[in-house]
Amino acid sequence: SSEHEPYLHQQHSPVTKFSEDEEMARDAVRSWANEELRPVVRQMDEEAKHRPEILNGLFECGFMGMEIPEQYGGSGLNFTSACLAVEELARVDPSVAILVDIHNTLTNNAIRFWGSPTLQQKWLPRLSTDTISSFALSEAGSGSDAFALQTRAEISSDGSYYTINGSKLWISNSNEAGVFLLFANVNPENGYKGITAFMVDANTEGVMIGPPENKLGLRASSTCPITFENVKVDASDILGEVGMGYKYCINILNEGRIGIAAQQLGIAKGCLDASMPYLLERKQFGTPIGEFQGMEHQYAQIATEIHAVEVMTYNACRMKEAGNIPFVKEASMCKLYASQVAERAASKTIEWLGGIGFTKDLLVEKFYRDVKVGSIYEGTSNIQLQTIAKIMREEYR
Amino acid sequence: MRILVPVKRVVDYAVRVRVLPDKSGVDLSNTKMSLNPFCEIAVEEAVRLKEKKAAEEVICVSIGPKQCTETLRTALAMGCDRGVHILTDKRGDYTELQPLGIATLLKKVLEKESSEQGVDLVLTGKQSIDSDCGQTGTMLAGMLGWPQVTYAANIDVEEEGRLLVERETDSGTETLKINKLPAVISCDLRLNEPRYATLPNIMKAKKKKVDVITVEDLLEGQDVDAVLTPRNRVLEVVEPPPRKEGIKVDDVDALLDKLRNEAAVIS
Repeated sequence: SSEHEPYLHQQHSPVTKFSEDEEMARDAVRSWANEELRPVVRQMDEEAKHRPEILNGLFECGFMGMEIPEQYGGSGLNFTSACLAVEELARVDPSVAILVDIHNTLTNNAIRFWGSPTLQQKWLPRLSTDTISSFALSEAGSGSDAFALQTRAEISSDGSYYTINGSKLWISNSNEAGVFLLFANVNPENGYKGITAFMVDANTEGVMIGPPENKLGLRASSTCPITFENVKVDASDILGEVGMGYKYCINILNEGRIGIAAQQLGIAKGCLDASMPYLLERKQFGTPIGEFQGMEHQYAQIATEIHAVEVMTYNACRMKEAGNIPFVKEASMCKLYASQVAERAASKTIEWLGGIGFTKDLLVEKFYRDVKVGSIYEGTSNIQLQTIAKIMREEYR
Repeated sequence: MRILVPVKRVVDYAVRVRVLPDKSGVDLSNTKMSLNPFCEIAVEEAVRLKEKKAAEEVICVSIGPKQCTETLRTALAMGCDRGVHILTDKRGDYTELQPLGIATLLKKVLEKESSEQGVDLVLTGKQSIDSDCGQTGTMLAGMLGWPQVTYAANIDVEEEGRLLVERETDSGTETLKINKLPAVISCDLRLNEPRYATLPNIMKAKKKKVDVITVEDLLEGQDVDAVLTPRNRVLEVVEPPPRKEGIKVDDVDALLDKLRNEAAVIS
């Protein structure tokens, strides 16, 4: 759990009011994103690749170790700050945002929560300063049905290491990752209770990263299949306890989806950033098009929904930070709704911009392509709805 | 060498400012404020001098309301060692505080510092982006009787106490040698590209020492109004007239005619 005092204002200040640390973190990300990242976004999308100086910049500025304690080279901030960073990055490039989100909210946090002191000492300094991570869970045969995973980890005769065999699919950040948080089953007879989480160095013999998928959006983010062929992993690189992987996975994904909501929120705001100035400038029939009532109604509606997403997302952050407030339902709700609102915003934005919105001269067509995966990854919308429904039934029983 | 860098809290450069209805000044309510970009260049230069071991301590100082702690924190995150916050609610954008008053306050800070170890170099930004006066550094040097170089584009430390400074002018650069410290140098755009304050440094900056002192206490019994009352009164602040639409001309002759006879920019 977080080392920080949760920022719970005694006088019930709005959830959209942040602490000085959080504001400074947000401003730092916003400046860097606008000055260093914005100029290369189109190129990264066209080349379907991250640029090394962008990845270096993320580490140098401290965006990769948002919640990692200072003693391990991290920035020592809180979950809300991490979400603010993801939002600000997504406002400029959702591909960079997802890399930072997965790294911070899934891998780094899982290690902080369940890693032994030795594991933390081994990995946290690398994760804050130079090593990108991937969350290797999904397989060809197991997406939503995550625990049907087939990747197998066999314990050695002396118990000192495990041999991993299997394949993963749809793994984000995999081309750039130096380490994988891998979920494999040590005991398939026990079903999901054999699932164990391993930290696997990407350079280990037998780890083979396939070519990246040729995707509609988030193109700079590498999404590759990974094959593990007799990969030997030391028992000391197990995260937490054998057979507890399924539990860690559910827990970390519950919070990770708040990070995705922040990314989708950033996309939605990025769409407004790109279109509102145009609506005030572009005239037709002697009037700025933003002043036509038909347009007013549309952007006011979208802005209202974005505001709702913002409040839901940062409220979920505070619920999680409190440490003793259940937030699974709210986290699912904000991811579900954020992806829906972002998709509407991206689609509307292209319409508002007219013909030019439909060209690659602007970045809005990129937001339209990038946003679609929001309702798919880290728990599809159907899974979110199911999660919410299940909790509701318990509430009304 | 110990360096003092004044850092000003100004309206963020990207903000589209609005003028107050009574034309008394710019509307600062709910406006994003930032570290003055030229002060940022000065901080960067000071920190680089420290990294080159040419300086052993960098002190940042800011004059303004309690929010100046954020400005100082940014400077500390970039590498300053400690800060001084002169607390006042007076506006720094020429409507209430003006360069003469500000220079007087900075002189007081330097006097206090010299009772301990003394400051060898004051690095200022060439101007602030709200008042755009470009006067504070030069007035301060004048008050102290210190040598000064303005619009520095490069600073080289020759040997102890000697600095070689390249200075921007409208007709090119000139190089000046400061033979004896202490001195004042104002920093121009070309001097350096400031580093980003990293998040870990922003957090560590919270632990660095910042001394807070009110204007009254700093002036130790002097008449605050006598020192700080502006010498110039701002009568009104208005927006510049809206840009007029351009025109098209049919040929080069028509263009030359307009340039010569209407715009009067060629003879």
